[in-house]
Order: sequence, then C-alpha cells, then structure tokens
Amino acid sequence: MNTLILALRNLLRNRRRSLTTLLAVMLGAISILLFGGYVRNVIYGLETGFVMQSGHMQIQHADFFRFGSGNPAAYGIANYRAIIDRLKHDQELEGKLSVITPTLQIGGLAGNFSAGVSRTVIGQGLEVAEQNTLRQWNDYQFPLSEPELPLTGTGPDATVIGAGVARVLQLCAPLKVSDCERKGASTEASQGKEPDDIAALAGLDNPAKKDNSTQIELLAPSPHGAPNVAQLNVVKAEQQPVKELDDIYVALHLSAAQKLIYGKSTPEVTAILVQLKHTSDLPAAKERIEKILSQDFASQPLTVLDFATINPFFTQTISMFNVIFGFISVLIGAIVLFMLGNTMSMTVVERTVEIGTLRSIGLRRVGIRRLFVLEGLFLGFLGASLGVIVSIIISTIINHSGLTWIPPGRMLPVPLTVRVWGEVSLILCSMIGLMAVATFSAWWPARRASELNIVDALRHV
Amino acid sequence: MNPVILTQINKTYRLGMVDVPALTDINILIRPARFTVLSGTSGSGKTTLLNLIGCIDKPDSGEIIVAGQQVQNFSDDELSDFRAKHIGFIFQNFNLIPVLTAFENVEYPLILAKIPPNIRRERVQMLLKSVGLLEKADNRPQQLSGGQRQRVAIARALARGPSLVLADEPTANLDSHTGAAIIRLMRRMQKHWHVSFIFSSHDPQVLAEADDAITISDGRIVSVRRNDKNPDAETAK
Repeated sequence: MNTLILALRNLLRNRRRSLTTLLAVMLGAISILLFGGYVRNVIYGLETGFVMQSGHMQIQHADFFRFGSGNPAAYGIANYRAIIDRLKHDQELEGKLSVITPTLQIGGLAGNFSAGVSRTVIGQGLEVAEQNTLRQWNDYQFPLSEPELPLTGTGPDATVIGAGVARVLQLCAPLKVSDCERKGASTEASQGKEPDDIAALAGLDNPAKKDNSTQIELLAPSPHGAPNVAQLNVVKAEQQPVKELDDIYVALHLSAAQKLIYGKSTPEVTAILVQLKHTSDLPAAKERIEKILSQDFASQPLTVLDFATINPFFTQTISMFNVIFGFISVLIGAIVLFMLGNTMSMTVVERTVEIGTLRSIGLRRVGIRRLFVLEGLFLGFLGASLGVIVSIIISTIINHSGLTWIPPGRMLPVPLTVRVWGEVSLILCSMIGLMAVATFSAWWPARRASELNIVDALRHV
Repeated sequence: MNPVILTQINKTYRLGMVDVPALTDINILIRPARFTVLSGTSGSGKTTLLNLIGCIDKPDSGEIIVAGQQVQNFSDDELSDFRAKHIGFIFQNFNLIPVLTAFENVEYPLILAKIPPNIRRERVQMLLKSVGLLEKADNRPQQLSGGQRQRVAIARALARGPSLVLADEPTANLDSHTGAAIIRLMRRMQKHWHVSFIFSSHDPQVLAEADDAITISDGRIVSVRRNDKNPDAETAK
C-alpha cells in the first residue's frame, strides 16, 4: 500500500463525484481529439492535393517564383533532361523519389477568333503520363480515386481549358459547359473571321484550318518577345476548384507548349516537379537536390522550392486551424480546470479530519500535497485515456458513416474522415495537456490541504 | 529520561477580538513508562495541553522537551518526523483512514518510516494479534465496531515503537463496558511496551487505572497525584 494506491482508493470513495469529474475530463479529451483529428485530416488533405498537383518540390530558375508570372518563358531551365536524369540516378535519392516531371508555364492569350472573343490565360505544358502518376500519390491513404487527366491519350494539339475560359470563348455548347446563359444583351466584339495577322501566324503550322467549333488559338510570346500562335483542339472544358483559376486555365501537352514558345529552338521548361514517396523525406531530399544542382549544374541559377513555399495557402490554412485548435483546447482546458479544481476543493473539505490525522502521525506537508495532486493526476489520466478510446470509436464510426464534404481547393466531395487512430503525437499531446491541467487544478486545493493547521483540522466537523 | 518536561508554558487563543487564555504557567514532568491522566472539566485545557505535548500545536511561551528534545523551535517537517518517530496518537473518534484496512491503517506509520515490507508485515501482525484483531486485518474501519476501531487505533499508535502515546478521551465514544476493556488493553500495552501513556479524560475508570493524575482547571494545574509504592505526590501551587 503506497501513496498511489491510497490516492486511487480515495477516488473510489465518492464514486458519483469522481465519475462526474471523470466524464468532464473525458468529454474534454473527446472534443480535443475529434477536432484535432478533423484538423489533421484537413491538413493532410491539403498536402495531398498540393503534392498531387505540383509535387513536393519544384526546381525553378532562381527568379521564376518572384518575377516569372510576367513572362514565364524568359525564366526557363535549359538542359532539363540532364537534370532529371541526374536526379533519377542519384543513389541517395533513389528509393525516395516517386515522380520527376517537367512543366512549362505559359502566359498568353487564348482566342476563339472566329467568334471574335479572346482572353488572357495561363497555360501549363504537361507530360501527361507522368502527371497521371503524380496524381496517384496518396501517402495518407485517403479514400480517393483521382481520374486521369483529360489530355490522356489525346493528340499533340489537344488542350483542356477551364469552364470559365470556355464561357468567355463562347465554347459552351460544343464543350457542354453548364451555366452559360446570358441575362443581358451580348456585348462581345463583332463576330467574324479571325484577324489576318493571327491567321497568318497560326497558318504557318496549320495552313488548312478546320471549321471546328472546339478549336482555339493560343497566342504566347517567345522568350525574346516575338508572338507565336498555336491552333489547339479543346477536348474538354474542366471546372477548376477556384474561379480565378477556372477563368485562366489552359492545359496542353508539353511538346505543344514548347513548340509554341521555343519554335525550332532548344526547348526549355519553367519547372521540374519532384514528388517523393513520403513527405517525411522532404528535408533530406531537398538538401540533396540543392547539392546536386550546385555541384553539377552551377551554370544555371536554379533553386528548389517546397510545396509549402509555392502554395502559401497551405501554411496559412495550417496556421488558421492551429489557432482555432489552440483556442478550443484552451477553452476545454479551462472547463476541466475549474471542474476538477472544484471537485478537489470539496474533497479537501470533506477529508479535513483525515488530513489532520495523517499529519499527526507524521505525514509531511509535501506528502499531503502529493496525495491530492496524485488524485487529480489519476482523474486526468483516466479521463484522458477513456477519452482517447471513445474518440477512436467515434472517429471510426464517422469514417465509416459515408458522410462527405468538399474541402477547399477541390471540386468533388471527399469522404468526411477524422484521424485519431495512429495520430500518436495528437493523442500524446492531448493526454499530457489534460493531465497537466488536472494536476494543476489539484495543486491549489492540495496546497491548501497541506497548509491546514493540524489542531483545527482534527477539530473539523 | 522523562518523556515530557513542560516549563512555564502559556497558550492563548484568540476568539474574534478577545484573547482567551487556554493554559497558564504550566509546569509538568511526565515520568517514564507511566499511565498518566490529565483530568479536568470540559474546556479546562486538557486537549490543548495534549496538543502541545503531541507537537501538533505550539505554545506562546515556555519550553517543551519531549523524548529529550526541545521541540518548540522545530520546523514543520522536523516536527512531522519527530511525531512519526516518538509519538503515537489515539483519538476520541478513532480517526482511522476509511479507505485502508485495519492492517493497512496499522502499517501506514511504518510505510512513512520506510520500514521494509517483510518487517512491516511481521510487526503489524504482531500488533493486531496483541490487540486481538488479527482475524479482522482485512476489514475496513466501517466494518468494525467502535471498540474494534479503537483497538486498531491503539495498534497504529504503537506501530513505530514510540516513547510516548497520547490519547484524547479515548473512551468518550464507547459504552462503559467497551471503554473499560479499552483501558485495560491500553494498560496492558503500556506495561508490555514500557511506553508512557498520557490521557485526557474525566472517566473515573481511567483515573482509577492511572499511575499519575494531573488535574487542570481553567488552564492551570491544580493538582498532581503520583500513585505508586513510593508516593512523592506534590500539589501544584
């Protein structure tokens, strides 16, 4: 029989009150863990989305990220195949890499000149097969099945545009784009034939323009500023998750994009996407790639940017959720603190004579403090442990309930999942936090108990 | 060695705005291995005196020597350790720890003293046997009668082999038959362990059993009776 057992038995003395307090701690743990599990899920979901779209890292020209949006082609990476080959065959990176694929970003003007309409767009030249592999990344085992890119299996002049682009270019009917009816009178430019200079530029490669209603012309400047035009066949208008992106999105084959920008010159790309098998390898892989670039490709000013840097939205979202999670945790902690503090205070009052007796027979003040703090710690530990178990059960039920939601940055609903099982750091931090709150809430009443005058305590009725 | 020597002890309680003298000019010498009774009417200062001897209260002035040590300047922790080693307590309401069994209640002071488990077990069993409660070792206090509880309390008070056992009206909550049995038991234990017992009581049975009897009235000692073969009784001034 030691102080631990004595503390445990004291908890069983007033079972109803101990149970009520235990429930309060347990509910606190459940609330923290379920919300924490939901937040984890959102963060993992965002990470998965970004990594599926643009990899864990991108190798870019050192100035592309800051200045490249004005004229992406001016910040190209020459000899990119050599870089990719070097990375693919590096022994340290081997086993960590999932996909390395080049992309070429284009800033240009998309036009349906036969309808007399055009708009500025941002195009992405892609290696379709590698992009499809990129989109299979699912390190966090989300119940997702990402469809292949619509460009899969298409010819070199195929393109996919955002639904917003299709609306502006008046391609709704042939591309079956919804929500295209106009409320007011059309104020578009007068319809007619495409301008002669555009036709001439496009005609260089397409002397016999087909009368196809899904064809568009993409006008883009070369690295030296001269305009080039490509005639592309729109295979699909794909709704993008963000309207701003939907209104400018154009995807095309990398070869077509390079032909448009570089013509017969040596083609370049604006980024090399690097996707790893696991995000945990990111720091080491990034360091290794930077070393290779500085050693073997020092002639080009290249940099490696991780997905969080490229997508500030990711870190902003994490910060926002962390603040909300912290706020909720503090609220729950405060409730537990007062509930447990109240319980311990009542316990001290009820056991005043016993405290006097224990002090009389030689228990030091620190022994009294230890006894009551241990009782609080037990309540915190038991409540938090039960909370973990119940949270895992509830999260399992939620995860199998078939509920769905549309997270930010996605078009399609995804299953609502709450990650508690396996989230060791979340579980441990929540348990330790609640136990710390429980200990702290017991400490003050324990201190008061230890400071009681022995004679007064023995006289207590 | 005298287990207790009190010299010029004064103690005053403050009730609201009024100072109430509880003990005035107390001088006592408790003889070793004796059955000493502090008697007096209710409110006379018996319990205050026991509290001072038991080192759970401090005097306003005067000197207290218990087990050969001057204790009034001890720190709280030193007093705790001193009580654990030298003094056993028996309370009017038994004051057993309700969540512990009879065995564990007797064992608790030995745990505080960090006595090894096997020695603890032997000593507790021996003590419970000597108070006739070995078969009730696993019972909790609420499963015991008043007399049995007080016997467990006696065993607990003797657990660490103190030189002094203090009992504040130990028979007050017992019927006369049980009270008499408890007094006989304490007397037997006192003789067997050669311990000094000090009681506060106005029970005639206790007074009859006492070696020494100290009578207190209004916080002053009015008489000291030494009851042995070579009486050296003295009367307080």
